[in-house]
Amino acid sequence: MSRIAERFASLRREGRGALIPFLEAYDPDLETSEALLAGMPGAGADLIEIGMPFTDPMADGPTIQLAGRRALAAGASLPGTLDMVRRFRSRDAATPIILMGYLNPILAYGVETFCADAARAGIDGLIVVDLPSEEADLLADPAAAHGLDIIRLVAPTTDSVRLPQVLRGSSGFVYYVSITGITGTRSASQADLAAAMPRLRAATDLPVAIGFGVKTPAQAAEAVRSADAAVVASALIETLAAGLDAHGRPAPGAVDAVLEQVRALAHAVRTARTELAA
Amino acid sequence: MNQVPPPAALARPNTYRSGPDERGRFGAYGGRFVAETLMPLILELEAAYEAAKADPAFQTELDAYLKDYVGRPSPLWFAQRLTETLGGAKIYFKREELNHTGAHKVNSCMGQILLARRMGRTRIIAETGAGQHGVATATVCALMGLPCTIYMGAVDVERQKPNVFRMKLLGAEVRAVSSGAGTLKDAMNEAMRDWVANVADTYYLIGTVAGPHPYPAMVRDFQSVIGNEARAQLMEAEGRLPDVVVASVGGGSNAMGIFHPFLDEPTVRLIGVEAAGHGLDTEEHAASLSRGRPGVLHGNRTYLLQTEDGQIREAHSISAGLDYPGIGPEHAFLHDAGRAEYVGITDQEALDAFQLCCRTEGIIPALECAHAIAHIAKLAPTLPRDQIILMNLSGRGDKDIFTVAHHLGAAL
Repeated sequence: MSRIAERFASLRREGRGALIPFLEAYDPDLETSEALLAGMPGAGADLIEIGMPFTDPMADGPTIQLAGRRALAAGASLPGTLDMVRRFRSRDAATPIILMGYLNPILAYGVETFCADAARAGIDGLIVVDLPSEEADLLADPAAAHGLDIIRLVAPTTDSVRLPQVLRGSSGFVYYVSITGITGTRSASQADLAAAMPRLRAATDLPVAIGFGVKTPAQAAEAVRSADAAVVASALIETLAAGLDAHGRPAPGAVDAVLEQVRALAHAVRTARTELAA
Repeated sequence: MNQVPPPAALARPNTYRSGPDERGRFGAYGGRFVAETLMPLILELEAAYEAAKADPAFQTELDAYLKDYVGRPSPLWFAQRLTETLGGAKIYFKREELNHTGAHKVNSCMGQILLARRMGRTRIIAETGAGQHGVATATVCALMGLPCTIYMGAVDVERQKPNVFRMKLLGAEVRAVSSGAGTLKDAMNEAMRDWVANVADTYYLIGTVAGPHPYPAMVRDFQSVIGNEARAQLMEAEGRLPDVVVASVGGGSNAMGIFHPFLDEPTVRLIGVEAAGHGLDTEEHAASLSRGRPGVLHGNRTYLLQTEDGQIREAHSISAGLDYPGIGPEHAFLHDAGRAEYVGITDQEALDAFQLCCRTEGIIPALECAHAIAHIAKLAPTLPRDQIILMNLSGRGDKDIFTVAHHLGAAL
């Protein structure tokens, strides 16, 4: 069983949903993002999503765009990101790590080599935003050969005819993009989620994570009442960005502020279903 | 004994005009590399475009607008003084700069706006570099009474002020994009972000033969009117096909438009002229084919200017319309197949050719086209006088006089 499947299975036994916080590799520098990564499991992260910086993040809003620019200015690279995960993995064998990003840096690395190196570094799954199911064959075999889960995005625009095709070849979990829009902008309404989830549940047995527009502990709790996990990205990056000085360097306490926020989100996620039952 | 064909004949396809395939690919290039949210939209667009293509009423309506509103057919002009000055092959200009709005961009805008209307879309977005596509989009939106938002890099807003004002006069909202280097690539990112957030009512009117399928094929089809007309006009004037066809390439729409009807004519050389900026061997140019590597950006696989790590590099050209780090996937295919040649022309060479064209032909060309003229200035003298060069004069240069004045040290 993959590390992702194992984690979701154990959470199901506990009867609670998962928190998946996001960090952008190298934002604002390698040391800070590595400290965040190291601190996240202790703060309540069940899985962790790491953004791979790209110059042209077309699905991202201003917050993650700026994070990517800071990261690239700090010398972000894919090999460096894999090294960071390798160091994390030597201390934490259980928390699943998912890389999220765009296709071109992976192509430049070489798809085969990338999948081999990512798996060896301890990465469990990949989300490639600009690789829809129509083009997925490009990554499918090398990822499978190295035991990497391919996590597909499902959007509100994915109709019922298309849904089975998108889910075919998905593994690990399904990432439901809860709004039509870019990251960190608006949020889905409870009614929207209530309408979307049964359709997804009917089409797949995979765990479902909700992302895009999940910012507050209340929204994260709401998400895991219908889904299996909540992804929080832009809200954490905003906190980190607020803790940077005029030169873009992290002020003392910047990492702690983000981890504190992860703790609050985790608490909300862990108590969401018991509160509902109470 | 069986006759074994030579390797070149084995490699040569029966036609270069059959692309794209059902996956939207031209050989290894093209495709549909977009986020899932957009995927259903581009499939819907593909179906709508196929239906429109098969509907004679759509073509009749488009032809009427092209004739009476755009002013087609555009003339074919024998550039006699330029020919005499260069002292070689005969040079013909396909006068796309005489179209309404002053460039070839309107051909595709007219087709796409009719398609958008057919699809029931009520809001139009577009990206623009030099502003020619933005002006053409704002124009057809005004004509159809549709609201439109144009994304333009902040740097381009600054260097193309007249076109920004034109778009505003035409009722468009111009949003300056300051992410990245503030040029065409960043404007395209922002337009795609808008589209993903406004899927229900918005049509994204892409200006060049790039982006996810079906855009490269659709924009090429709408621009092929250039090559089809030029071919017939040259047959009428000279009784034969051209020996060489030359066009500038940024994203590559004006070049695809004039190349496509000649792709299967083996005697016709096709030359695309990329912007070599400060020089092909400097860091500052926009020559994706000459100096780039294949990769994926803006929905398609094509040649891109990129770092070793696959980060996209900023392009540079004196011409805002060529300032793009990628190129349409069909050009990537024609390049690899060896069917078209791609060469580079520097900023300085383009400036010289700009002035040459002004003084010999009384035509102020767009800086984009000045790149094609500069290559012809090198090529024509090497060819015999009975050979014919056909060039796409794809836009007029009024928009560029401020840039040219700045480089010539003239105060306006």
